[in-house]
Amino acid sequence: MAEPKTKYDRQLRIWGEQGQTALERASVCLLNCGPTGSETFKNLVLGGVGSITVIDGSKVEVGDLGNNFMLDESSVGHSKAKCVCAFLQELNDAVKAKFIEEYPEALIETKASFFSQFTLVVATQLVEDAMIKLDRICREANVMLVFARSYGLTGLVRISLKEHAVIESKPDHFLDDLRLNNPWAELKRFAESIDLNNPDLVVHKHTPYIVILVKMAEEWAKSHGGNFPSTREEKKEFKGLLNAMKIALDEDNYKEAIEASFKVFAPRGISSDLQQIINDSCAEVDSNSSDFWVMVAALKEFIATEGCGETPLEGSIPDMTSSTELYVTLQKIYQAKAEADFLVIAQHVRNILKKVGRDPESISKTTIKSFCKNARKLRVCRYRLIEDEFCNPALTEMQKYLTDEDYSIAVGFYILLRAVDRFAANYNSFPGQFDGAMDEEISRLKTTAVGLLSDLGCNGSTLTEDLINEMCRFGAAELHAVAAFIGGIASQEVIKLITKQFVPMSGTYIFNGIDHKSQLLTL
Amino acid sequence: MVDTATPPSRSRDLDKLLLRPGNLVGPTFEPGTELREDLKEYVKVLVVGAGGLGCELLKDLALSGFRNLEVIDMDRIEVSNLNRQFLFRLDDVGKAKAEVAAKRVMERVSGVNIVPHFCRIEDKEINFYNDFSIIVLGLDSIEARSYINAVACGFLEYDSDDSPREESIKPMVDGGTEGFKGHARVIVPGFTPCFECTIWLFPPQVKFPLCTLAETPRTAAHCIEYAHLIKWDEVHSGKTFDPDDPEHMKWVYEEAVKRAELFGIPGVTYSLTQGVVKNIIPAIASTNAVISAACALETLKIVSGCSKTLSNYLTYNGVEGLHTKVTEFVKDKDCLVCGPGVLIELDISVTLRKFIDLLEEHPKLLLSKASVRHRGKNLYMQAPPVLEEMTRSNISLTLYELMDKVPKDIIHVTGSTRRDDKKTSCLRKLRVVFKGVEGVTDMDMAGGA
Repeated sequence: MAEPKTKYDRQLRIWGEQGQTALERASVCLLNCGPTGSETFKNLVLGGVGSITVIDGSKVEVGDLGNNFMLDESSVGHSKAKCVCAFLQELNDAVKAKFIEEYPEALIETKASFFSQFTLVVATQLVEDAMIKLDRICREANVMLVFARSYGLTGLVRISLKEHAVIESKPDHFLDDLRLNNPWAELKRFAESIDLNNPDLVVHKHTPYIVILVKMAEEWAKSHGGNFPSTREEKKEFKGLLNAMKIALDEDNYKEAIEASFKVFAPRGISSDLQQIINDSCAEVDSNSSDFWVMVAALKEFIATEGCGETPLEGSIPDMTSSTELYVTLQKIYQAKAEADFLVIAQHVRNILKKVGRDPESISKTTIKSFCKNARKLRVCRYRLIEDEFCNPALTEMQKYLTDEDYSIAVGFYILLRAVDRFAANYNSFPGQFDGAMDEEISRLKTTAVGLLSDLGCNGSTLTEDLINEMCRFGAAELHAVAAFIGGIASQEVIKLITKQFVPMSGTYIFNGIDHKSQLLTL
Repeated sequence: MVDTATPPSRSRDLDKLLLRPGNLVGPTFEPGTELREDLKEYVKVLVVGAGGLGCELLKDLALSGFRNLEVIDMDRIEVSNLNRQFLFRLDDVGKAKAEVAAKRVMERVSGVNIVPHFCRIEDKEINFYNDFSIIVLGLDSIEARSYINAVACGFLEYDSDDSPREESIKPMVDGGTEGFKGHARVIVPGFTPCFECTIWLFPPQVKFPLCTLAETPRTAAHCIEYAHLIKWDEVHSGKTFDPDDPEHMKWVYEEAVKRAELFGIPGVTYSLTQGVVKNIIPAIASTNAVISAACALETLKIVSGCSKTLSNYLTYNGVEGLHTKVTEFVKDKDCLVCGPGVLIELDISVTLRKFIDLLEEHPKLLLSKASVRHRGKNLYMQAPPVLEEMTRSNISLTLYELMDKVPKDIIHVTGSTRRDDKKTSCLRKLRVVFKGVEGVTDMDMAGGA
């Protein structure tokens, strides 16, 4: 059946068949299906997530029709969860959609075990107290959790889980793994077999820059005590040497060599980010370690031994001016080295698995191969418990945000989003939720916010009157455009988490719908 | 003040923003029920494009207090749209996007009226676009953005002291996405940079040199482009390649495979062949949702003043974590499109024919096959044939006469020009001044040719 492939074509080009399979196997749960939740799930259903469970205890009111596209006149008075679920199902019949008419708070209080059946829970429009309780439940059950909330012209998205390891982080810009200043024997030999001074112009202008740079780097090192160009003058001189090699003006390969010369100047060995990962205590593995950490342990051994300080080779080269023959040969040299490195890592993996008492073949070759190819790009994301952040936010960060002009509105909204929950706990409604007595609401919210700041240890810090007034004006409104924005981001993060591709956001994303200077706060 | 006993209202949430005074709002904000009703009654919004962004925009705008929407799109629905263009179902494949999108939103949001236009943007009279309070763009091509931008900026009139006239400003909100990345921007012609002021933000697409394709292919894409651009014409003399014909695509794929085998190049797949030949840009629902929502929110804020507005360019990137950035670009004061217009001085004896020739040679314009309009009147139209015939007799008359002997005025010309070696249609605003006619001797030359 070709149809699903065509239907998902535009996203398969981003996360591939593997990502799509992961999505189709996932079971996600939505708490509260107002516009924020509905829009989040619309994007997930369109993408083909396996199954959804929509949970909401409320009945549809006329006011809901003004901000939720999934509801229409015929929905009024009926279960919101039921109506939203029916519309979502209409978007994609490959998705298993069901609903439960129940208030999420009730489930959180009385049926904690309920949540363990899901891959991921998206909790929308929850107040502080419910967030903290749900967070503990999901952390315990090892269920991924994403909070999303829209509130007037602000809102937040926050991921919560213990650890998320990414192999395929797919960064936009990443230095190619070419080893120009550290070639292995085969690459060196190949470069040596080519004469850069060949007078035949056709040959000269079709020598790939990899060969040019490997040879020139080696020559430079020979005459500079084994070092590569490092100062600005040296780098300039090196480029000058490359330029002088041209025998015609239009030699694109030499132009490319000059542009790519920074790849020669880049330091050998692994990045500090990767160093941090292999130094992580989780890299000391035992029988409970995840496959990811077993492979990291293997990588660590490889770097210390066979790799001589380098990761396994990625094995691909970018396109560059070259004759077909030289390019294809180079490609094969890189691939062969990558394959050899992979075999060594695979052996390390087997040994480690055996040592910790697991089946030595329990991690598939495909997984190890992908791990090797992406070894330089591994990412580990960890998230604080919501309760820890709420009770003990990183104070130095908080102080920094409060005094930084770029962050002042975002951190103001962060404080106020928490203050309105305290307000609601005290006064049974959000500030400005109903018309009338606005001045009193403003002064109450201000008092609440100041109290919160002082509880957090930020005595003396204040929020602007303007922002407090605006927060009261918002009156807990869920505007459709804001909900669609927040829902868009939440669904994107869910997809990254489920496909285990790309890097999910860290910290709390605070939406600033006033001038769009939104920020991620790491607290 | 509305009391809590008022009957339930659809605009329960939106009312908080529209009816209550605020502190961080636009300078023209006048909260109240009148504002809410004006949005419904008098504000007309045009959505350009009914694709990934357009579907979202129509929904977002319909739920942001707007009642009068129109949408223009020339495309029909395809299966590969369904992973994000949520207003379309499998049964809709082959139907006009604009029509289905309008119908679906009207079915769900009562009171909203959406007029669909199933046509090219160039097919509409220029004045069609003047009918809207604001234009929202959900497009995937630079050419189309450029065209709408020129049309909207063409309405802009300047006072004698070169300051833009308030009532002639046609604001635009533009969105664009690619994979996990996107942008949203606000264009207020005369005040913020127009699309053309910052055209450098969209670098021209890199193409493979033909000699690489013919002689030294190295990648799968080279093999595919060889089959598509060179081999096809060699084998099918005269028959144009149709990227939407699966037989054609299959032929290109098979030829590319043969070539790749010949050169030992890996990686040619059917999916990659389609991607390269059709220049497919990956697209997902979430990014479209984010960017459209930002555009709809800005539209609401610009029209109502209910909050400050984006100033003026938002970039979004969700690949690694989440990065959003606001950049305040500056207007190019010499911009051909949003500036006061290219100044052209003419003798009163210049005929329309001579004038059209002149545009082709003008170094700033290089505009060929020009059609000329003055104050909504067609002076000469190159197409369609019926209009050409109607206006043909004008070309031997003098422009001065045709412009009712005014000493100076604005005229609009459309035609084609070259950009990055590609022919594109464009619209230019010109300030024509007749030499030696009373009242213009001390004409301000600032910004002129």
